[in-house]
Amino acid sequence: MAGKKLPLPEEELMDPGHVGCLGCGGCHAMRYTLKATGPRTIISIPACCWAVMPGVYPNTCFNIPHINTAFEVTAASISGIRAALDARGIEDITVLGWAGDGGTADIGIQALSGMVERGTKAMYIMYDNEAYMNTGIQRSSSTPIGAWTTTTQVGKVRDYKRAPKKNMVEIMVAHGIPYTATANIAWPKDLIAKVKKAMAVDGPSFIHIFAPCPTGWRYPPDRTLEIARMATHAKIFPLYEVENGVYTVKKFKKEASISEYMMMQGRFRHLTQEEIGSISESVVRWYDKLLKFELMTQEE
Amino acid sequence: MSTKKVISGNYTASYASMLCRAEVVPAYPITPQTTIVEKIAEFVASGQMKAQYINVESEHSAMAACISAALTGVRTFTATSAHGLVLMHEMLHWAAGARTPVIMANINRALAPPWNVWADHTDSMSQRDTGWIQIYCSSNQEVLDTLILCYKVCEQPDIMLPAMVNLDAFILSHTSEVVDVPDQKEVDDFLPQFNPEIKLDVDEPLSFGTLAFPSSWYMEWRYKIQHAHDLAAKRLVEEAKAFEKHFGRPWGGLIEEYRSKDAEIILVTMSTIASTTKDVVDSLRDQGRDVGLVRIKSFRPFPTKDLREALGHAKVVGVADRSHTFGNEGPLFTEVKGALYNHDRRPPLVGFTVGIGGRDVLGSTIEGLYDHLEKVADGEAYKEVRWIDLIGDEEEVV
Amino acid sequence: MDRPRKDERPDYKTWKDIPLTPVCNFTTIKGNPTGGWRTFRPIVDMDKCIKCGICWQDCPDAAIVWEEDHPVWLYSHCKGCGICARECPSDAIEMELEVKI
Ligand SMILES: Cc1ncc(C[n+]2csc(CCOP(=O)(O)OP(=O)(O)O)c2C)c(N)n1
Ligand code: SF4
Ligand code: SF4
Ligand code: SF4
Ligand SMILES: [Mg+2]
Repeated sequence: MAGKKLPLPEEELMDPGHVGCLGCGGCHAMRYTLKATGPRTIISIPACCWAVMPGVYPNTCFNIPHINTAFEVTAASISGIRAALDARGIEDITVLGWAGDGGTADIGIQALSGMVERGTKAMYIMYDNEAYMNTGIQRSSSTPIGAWTTTTQVGKVRDYKRAPKKNMVEIMVAHGIPYTATANIAWPKDLIAKVKKAMAVDGPSFIHIFAPCPTGWRYPPDRTLEIARMATHAKIFPLYEVENGVYTVKKFKKEASISEYMMMQGRFRHLTQEEIGSISESVVRWYDKLLKFELMTQEE
Repeated sequence: MSTKKVISGNYTASYASMLCRAEVVPAYPITPQTTIVEKIAEFVASGQMKAQYINVESEHSAMAACISAALTGVRTFTATSAHGLVLMHEMLHWAAGARTPVIMANINRALAPPWNVWADHTDSMSQRDTGWIQIYCSSNQEVLDTLILCYKVCEQPDIMLPAMVNLDAFILSHTSEVVDVPDQKEVDDFLPQFNPEIKLDVDEPLSFGTLAFPSSWYMEWRYKIQHAHDLAAKRLVEEAKAFEKHFGRPWGGLIEEYRSKDAEIILVTMSTIASTTKDVVDSLRDQGRDVGLVRIKSFRPFPTKDLREALGHAKVVGVADRSHTFGNEGPLFTEVKGALYNHDRRPPLVGFTVGIGGRDVLGSTIEGLYDHLEKVADGEAYKEVRWIDLIGDEEEVV
Repeated sequence: MDRPRKDERPDYKTWKDIPLTPVCNFTTIKGNPTGGWRTFRPIVDMDKCIKCGICWQDCPDAAIVWEEDHPVWLYSHCKGCGICARECPSDAIEMELEVKI
């Protein structure tokens, strides 16, 4: 029992002893999310780091019912779970799909699109470590421009990732989803508040959680939260919500340098200042656009 | 009180899903399956059927939704065909591995290219190793009865396997026949609500499908699937007897023997080809020819023991396959041969690849097969596998 | 089957004992003590600690528990990532090289 008030809900639904790497941001994401949902939650997880992290049979770090499913079917799986609960008239359960960026933005996007279009009452969370980490750091469509991965190597011809990161939240907005948001493990209270909002939605919800990965991003494990904070302060990963089409962007006085953020991580270290300069321009452009979306939609 | 309805094979499957009170039905259209899920949508819309109908965006998702719904503890149904079935492939393995009693109607149809929507067993034959029970029907009544029986058997706590009930494209799916449709109470009395012991339950949280190492217990779970198939072979026959007692109609066994017990020349086949064959057998018998038919109903579990008993006495056995395993021969042929190889009585076997892509298998086609088998019985040299009604001669590569 | 119990490692002898469906619920707290992964050990100086709970909040392994009004490290599970030490607002945690016997 806490003598003094703890910053977050005390109950742990993710036990210690999971097999995530040292300093894995995906573990923060899970721990905080489950603090928000509470125990009346069913979680479905496809192939991704989190397919392994719960432990090896007969171990599990979860204190909630948990189902492993195939890489591309998270949204179909939670649609099935919700339908089954509906069939038996069970209403007070949060149905949570939890997938990586590859399982969401690449191979699972079809099932996700179907679920959101149908209006299924379920929460879908993409924890974003910006590559296929489970299989050893291959690029996904969520890998940011400029990044090295094992399938976008720098080499002689500088074949690092050339395409920009796919924006899943905007894709969700285009579906007319009632609630979607970005969240960052460096702001756990904000993350928890967003998960709680998503739980209350009578329909689909989608949260994109920024979850740095020391192993794949090539930085020391104690820097996870620092890097996460910098990403948002540098506007690379803006925190915003879209509720029924209305944007709310979280503003920060504090700023961080994009260049410094990138130079802290081995995956970006090959970039020249010129290259970083052009990446920074696109970051600013998107952030300004977001503010315009906010202005436009809040006025309506 | 049952009612007699004149309905297609597809509508029969729709009625069966309603009578079995499927609670979650993820649905996706494909010719010639579509009318099954359309009819179910109509049942649901009219309030006759209380199911959660999910308009999934693909068959792959349909199967994924079925599996997760079944693991949440409810009865599921879906239907597909051809490309839909093979798109599901990964999830078919998953359904069996997760031990979910998902029941599905599959309309056997050819695979492209070229596009072809007619009868062919390649779709389901290429799913034979997924762990599913596979039953092949030859009448609409059998479709209805088999679906009820499959729920009954597959949901048993020591079985918990998915089952695929197969109907030939158009020949059965779109042909209307008189079907004795039981009333709801009759089915309810036979088939209780599905309430599995293990399910996704917030009051007793479990992790499903957690990583298992080679040392333990992955191999054992695979053995348990085999063991459940062995049990299912027994249970299908036992429950068929209970079915007969309850509904007053026999379902029979894993195979059907038609005038074969005293026949010297036996053709083994499945599905609607078997219906045609029965007529041919009757007329050839009238001519005094010594022919019979063995119809395989359950392809998985495979009825090895039954086939040994049914075929051991024959002078020659032919196997007619409506599909082909490229690089080898018809899959049914391979399996029948395999069943007899370690048996003390082992007649010569001939494989016929017939009716591919819905090519007609007429009475005359079947008669030709028997003619050929008679020659083999008389000691004539024969080719082990033949493509029947091929336009142009087969070429032997030497 | 008997359901696998949360706090007890199931004692399966043969394929007959394992549940039909591959399910489990043996907690990693007992089943997988990850403390052995550690190279550096977080050591708190309670005199410096202001009992803010940040270390508890920021541990990705839930390896810090809150007792009464202060943090207690579960060395059985702490992997030694160093996040608690880096995030502690009053620099109360040092990472010391683990001496392994
Ligand atoms: C159909 C299929 N293709 C490929 C894989 C191999 N695979 C497993 S996890 C994974 C990458 C997962 O990436 P992501 O979703 O970003 O999660 P992360 O591992 O980064 O947490 C891949 C490619 C698979 N399991 N299934
Ligand atoms: S590879 Fe990255 S995301 Fe995966 S467990 Fe390790 S740190 Fe976490
Ligand atoms: S973060 Fe530092 S000051 Fe705060 S409770 Fe932990 S050890 Fe004490
Ligand atoms: S070193 Fe890392 S794992 Fe250990 S208690 Fe601190 S934050 Fe947790
Ligand atoms: Mg990833």
